[in-house]
Amino acid sequence: MIAYIIRRILYAIPILIGVNLITFMLFFMVNTPDDMARMNLGVKHVTAEAIEKWKHERGYDKPMLYNSQASGSAALTDTILFEKSVNLFAFDFGRSDSGRDISYDISQRMWPSLAIALPTLIVGLLVYITFAMLLAFFRATYIDYWGVVLCVVLMSISGMFYIIGGQYLIGKLLHLVPISGYDGGSDALKFLILPVIIGVIGGIGSSTRWYRTIFLEEIGKDYVRTARAKGLSEQQVLFKHVLKNAMIPILTGVVVSLPLLFMGSLIVESFFGIPGLGSYTIDAINSQDFAIVRAMVFLGSVLYIIGLILTDISYTLVDPRVSLA
Amino acid sequence: MIKPELLLTDLLIYLLVAGIIYFIIYTRRHEHLRRPWRQVMSTRTGAVTLVILLTYVTIGLLDSIHFQLPLENQNNQHETHYSAEVLSVFDIIVTPLRERVEKTYSAPLAAHAYAKETIELPQGGQQRTYPRLLYGGAHLDDPATERITDIVATTLRALAVALLLWSIIIYVTAWWLSHGQQTSAAAMLQRILNNECATPWRAILVCIGVIVAILCLLTALSAKYHVFGTDKVGEDVLYQTLKSVRTGLVIGALTTLIMLPFAILLGIMAGYFRGWIDDVIQYLYTTLNSIPGVLLIAASILMLQVYMANNAEQFETVTDRADMRLLFLCIILGITSWTGLCRILRGETLKLRETDYIQAARAFGVRHLTIITRHILPNVMHIVLIAVVLDFSGLVLAEAVLSYVGVGVDPTMQSWGNMINAARLEMAREPMVWWSLLAAFVMMFILVLSANLFSDAVRDAFDPRLRKMD
Amino acid sequence: MNDPLLSVRGLQTCFATTKGLVRAVDGVSFDVRRGETFALLGESGCGKSITALSIMRLLPQPVGQITAGQILLNGENLLTLPEVDMRAVRGGRIAMIFQEPMTSLNPVLTVHEQIAESLARHKGLKGSAADNRVHELLDAVGIPAPKARAKEYPHQLSGGMKQRVMIAIALAGEPDLLIADEPTTALDVTIQAQVLELLEQLQRDMGMALLMITHDLGVVAEMADHIAVMYGGQVVEQACRDDFFASPAHPYSRKLFQSLPDMKKRDQPLAVIPGNVPSPHTRFDGCRFAPRCDAVWPLCRTEPPQWQSVNGDPEDHHNNNVHHVRCHLAAAENSAKQAALESKAGENIDSKTDIDAVTRPDDGTIANSDNTSDVTLLAVDELKVHFPIRKGLLKRTAGHVHAVDGVNLTIHRGQTVALVGESGCGKTTAGKAILQLTKATAGSICFEGDELTQLKGEALRRRRRDFQIIFQDPYSSMNPRMVVANIIEEGMQALRVGGNNSTERQARIDQLLQQVGLPTDSKYRYPHEFSGGQRQRICIARALAVEPKLIICDEPTSALDVSVQAQILNLLKSLQNRLGLSYLFITHNLSVVAYLADEVLVMYLGRIVERGTTDEVLNSAKHPYTQALLSAVPTIDTTSKKEIVRLEGDLPSPIDPPTGCHFHPRCPHSQPVCRERYPAAVQHSDSHQSLCHLFTNEKDDSEECHSET
Repeated sequence: MIAYIIRRILYAIPILIGVNLITFMLFFMVNTPDDMARMNLGVKHVTAEAIEKWKHERGYDKPMLYNSQASGSAALTDTILFEKSVNLFAFDFGRSDSGRDISYDISQRMWPSLAIALPTLIVGLLVYITFAMLLAFFRATYIDYWGVVLCVVLMSISGMFYIIGGQYLIGKLLHLVPISGYDGGSDALKFLILPVIIGVIGGIGSSTRWYRTIFLEEIGKDYVRTARAKGLSEQQVLFKHVLKNAMIPILTGVVVSLPLLFMGSLIVESFFGIPGLGSYTIDAINSQDFAIVRAMVFLGSVLYIIGLILTDISYTLVDPRVSLA
Repeated sequence: MIKPELLLTDLLIYLLVAGIIYFIIYTRRHEHLRRPWRQVMSTRTGAVTLVILLTYVTIGLLDSIHFQLPLENQNNQHETHYSAEVLSVFDIIVTPLRERVEKTYSAPLAAHAYAKETIELPQGGQQRTYPRLLYGGAHLDDPATERITDIVATTLRALAVALLLWSIIIYVTAWWLSHGQQTSAAAMLQRILNNECATPWRAILVCIGVIVAILCLLTALSAKYHVFGTDKVGEDVLYQTLKSVRTGLVIGALTTLIMLPFAILLGIMAGYFRGWIDDVIQYLYTTLNSIPGVLLIAASILMLQVYMANNAEQFETVTDRADMRLLFLCIILGITSWTGLCRILRGETLKLRETDYIQAARAFGVRHLTIITRHILPNVMHIVLIAVVLDFSGLVLAEAVLSYVGVGVDPTMQSWGNMINAARLEMAREPMVWWSLLAAFVMMFILVLSANLFSDAVRDAFDPRLRKMD
Repeated sequence: MNDPLLSVRGLQTCFATTKGLVRAVDGVSFDVRRGETFALLGESGCGKSITALSIMRLLPQPVGQITAGQILLNGENLLTLPEVDMRAVRGGRIAMIFQEPMTSLNPVLTVHEQIAESLARHKGLKGSAADNRVHELLDAVGIPAPKARAKEYPHQLSGGMKQRVMIAIALAGEPDLLIADEPTTALDVTIQAQVLELLEQLQRDMGMALLMITHDLGVVAEMADHIAVMYGGQVVEQACRDDFFASPAHPYSRKLFQSLPDMKKRDQPLAVIPGNVPSPHTRFDGCRFAPRCDAVWPLCRTEPPQWQSVNGDPEDHHNNNVHHVRCHLAAAENSAKQAALESKAGENIDSKTDIDAVTRPDDGTIANSDNTSDVTLLAVDELKVHFPIRKGLLKRTAGHVHAVDGVNLTIHRGQTVALVGESGCGKTTAGKAILQLTKATAGSICFEGDELTQLKGEALRRRRRDFQIIFQDPYSSMNPRMVVANIIEEGMQALRVGGNNSTERQARIDQLLQQVGLPTDSKYRYPHEFSGGQRQRICIARALAVEPKLIICDEPTSALDVSVQAQILNLLKSLQNRLGLSYLFITHNLSVVAYLADEVLVMYLGRIVERGTTDEVLNSAKHPYTQALLSAVPTIDTTSKKEIVRLEGDLPSPIDPPTGCHFHPRCPHSQPVCRERYPAAVQHSDSHQSLCHLFTNEKDDSEECHSET
């Protein structure tokens, strides 16, 4: 087990290097450090000295990929690519273009993100599985048919409609909870309820439909017939046999997204004014802060890879047929 | 003389249309391909949603033939100067909608502006009141009393015209169908009404009827009013909504066009050749997959913005610029979305390459390329098709989100995302400016719902057992 | 004597399909008495499994519906029971085991949980009482170390073990009736023998009735007390075993017997039932078998025959001991007529026509004329195919699957060599390695002097026309998106044979289709429009298109019904006689081997353990494995009791084969030496050879064998 995890982590390194290369190329191929400097210093009336100074301060005055003036391994290490990447791998994201410490901001803003994403996930999972089980129980009846039609209708509605509609209905018309904002401590609750509910409702259509497909696939299998031949009731068959098998794809599908919960949701956080990583990212995009975007890309990739590893591990825990080797 | 203007996305759309026409001709010649399509068309959902989708596509295509109009009165010089404004056939058709711009917000079907203004009275002095609109309800003398009656009368007239048109369409359809089957048009009509045809013509005709009615209604009303109101700068919202159709379709369709070659080629290669080729391709898509999609798109669009700012001279018109950004968005969306299909195709090819018929082909010494094109590709095409149709609706929805985040299409381009984004800022106004928002959501909803239902029908026809691809 | 335990009366079960309502079971009646074994015999699609599911009321919902009839268990009609009461019947009074043990167990529950569930449901057992009972049951079904096994998951068990667990689950409710739906079809023949023996013994011990559903006449002969033959959704004949095997009354039953291949029929074509098993969509006017029957009357086509006793006794219609049949012949039949008919049926074999074949393949040359020449076509020497097992992400090779581990064989021109073995023994891999579809790890494959393992690129491609393959599953061996003409043409194009231009090739395709007995207008149709047997004919035509000298037949008939199998075997044989083909026949079916093969090689865990002429291997087998294999095959010969060698355990894993002789852990004659080294070859005659220490010891010990590890 330990050996397996270590191998997986080693395997993640080339992927992260790849991610880093891609983002690096994206950021610097079209956009030279000179452009960046001009952008930051204000496009007009910039002297060459000011640009050089800006570049030197931020380490952008070195060659991009290969330093022909340096010798030996320094030819590769004394470059922008290397210096900027090494810091990322050490999770030292440096300072944003506006001068703030990115690592500190991230550590502050991930908790509000999690406070929304985690309840949404858990409540959502319970709701979706319940609905999907109901549809599976009433399979091939009108309840199932119209349930699926409803799912398709719900999943055809833009997520933003749920948010705007929810804010309007609950926040503005009914005045039940504040429309947006966030507060620490127990006050957070009243700010969290609406985004969580809307997050759950927004996913009902597609998730319920997908889980229903998984359930129906399991119901079609031979072991279900065996269970029925034992004289078990439909409820026993569904809850003991089908649910247990169907939970394998459902759970492992959830596990891969667990680490990414920290990243938060761009849309929800931005609409509800939650100071999480999602709105952090949006602000960075809008203010064209490359350092933050780059840090978030790297962080997202790391979390995704952790998710993949967790998925493999969770398979071994829930599926007796799979063992790590 | 008009000067045709070929935008890059137009070119790709023509290419796509040509490809689809070729595909249809090819399908008609091959029984095993025709069978599932016949099944799609034999279900009510499949047929009706196809009609709706085709309506959208027609608007989109009309909006994809661009040109520049010559400027008038050019001092009798020999060379003509062209307007900087790039127009499409669709723009010409809806010229009144395009040109009748109010000063600012107005509610649907209103005759007065939305906000009070201080206006100079003719007899001198000033008054704060809701001013009359320049175009909306301008023909009315006293909107307070006449407006409702006028609207109702116009509606009834439009519906009467629609009914007439619809009857003609029904009769022509019946006549056309009876032509090939040696029956009279009346008998055919009877069969259609009793729903006795293999294709659900009754449902199709009802659907066409609804569309005709809506079209007539909009045409009639929009001649006198702003049916969906106007936005902040006074532009007709109906016009914006319709113009956004092309943007949505381009995002949905071109993205798949761009990603398909990668997904198909790499997926099949990985599954067929295995070994190091497989390793490289798997590495490639795991890496791309691990970057959060929105962030990759955001980063790319930011880069494009910077590039455009630095190289402004390369883009002649605003339309060019917006078009370039749209295309770039499609490419980036393609890059982030090919991995899913690629993975599925790799898995399927791995299974297929062990099947007996490919073993038999190998026993004949058939070359790899021939095996791939003759045996593997045709047997994974249904998966590709299902994936394309499924992706389409997701991409249309994604456009709205991306535009909201600020990394979608160019802000000058009409799109549902931009409409929502602009209208969102007015949420706090009392009373709310809701019409842009609702118009955009409804138009998007109809398109996405049709696409989703259509993709269900396609999936059932091509592979009933295939699981929803995640 | 006593009332029947189960009596099915006029059962009719319908399925809603896209093509309309289908009567899968149409008026079936039979009785099963306490303690007896009742066999429901029939080919695929005859409705026998649907009958079983109808009894359990486990039809797939909502498509399957019982539309008429009664199912009486101890006189109580199961069809009128509310679902709640029916659940007490399922597993409690009637239990069922299914064909596919691999998928019939829940993969995420332990064996213990799955058995205990049934105990809790029907016996109210919980806690340690349930634990003890689970262990007892596992012990009763012959699972070694039941306490340890109970904690395992199904995937940790072999196929035979899984079926034993299924039986244990079924026994948990101590049912009066056990329904076994093809319980051994998915298992190897030696495992089948174990499971059948277990069922027989359990039935004796517990006094259960057993309703056995099978397509295998041999299984019926060994197990059944009473037999009902099903055809097209009806029972067409019913009798006690001895009556049935002594004198089958329905023409269909007779044909089934005649179409079974065996050694005695070597020199003649097999009797075939022309055409195909009727699809459930067929609408019947008269007798359902009439279109395929060679004793058909005009009456048969218009009037459905009644259920009547063979001897004309006006007795109870459902008396199991009276031989009943559903045939117009039986009604009109007197003994003289019957005698005349039998001789007529015999003559008809050669003259009758295939209804699905416009042109019959030339059966005149089917006699097993000895056209084997001495020219060696293929010589395989020490062929090894090892698959590396890669583990982890860095894909280190952690071991090898020794799929083929040193196989020698030669095939002469015009000869049929059979490679016999159970699943997983490596026979298919050996075939693929010979075809160069799988890379050989070591050894030589010499075809007419060319070393195939060394050939590459164009040279190999040129050689490929000489050897072709026919696959087991006719449903997956053709690209579903190509028409027949293109399928056959593919090889001709790739290897540039059969004419340079399209017209010549099209003419050749027509000729090939005629040769395999298909109408030439099938050229432009897709594979799915053909039945299994017809598809197999197309596959044969495809292979023949490049004029090969050797065809590797990989279980070409095991996916087909018995009546269709005979057609294909006849075709293969006549093609061989006319074209001088050689066959490497890969199969597990010993009766096919007996009918077709000149030489037999028996394979066990990657190696040949015995080789010889068909007569030598099948009639005087030397190797204990061959003997066990032969004795495990159920035979329809109910009179002579053969000596039965039962094998213990399962085929070991080819990843880590046992040391010494691979067979020693299962061998009844195992000696210490068997554990130490692999036995050397011993010649019993010029052609007969086996590898077993039993015989090396008899021989001179100084003749040191080259031991292998």
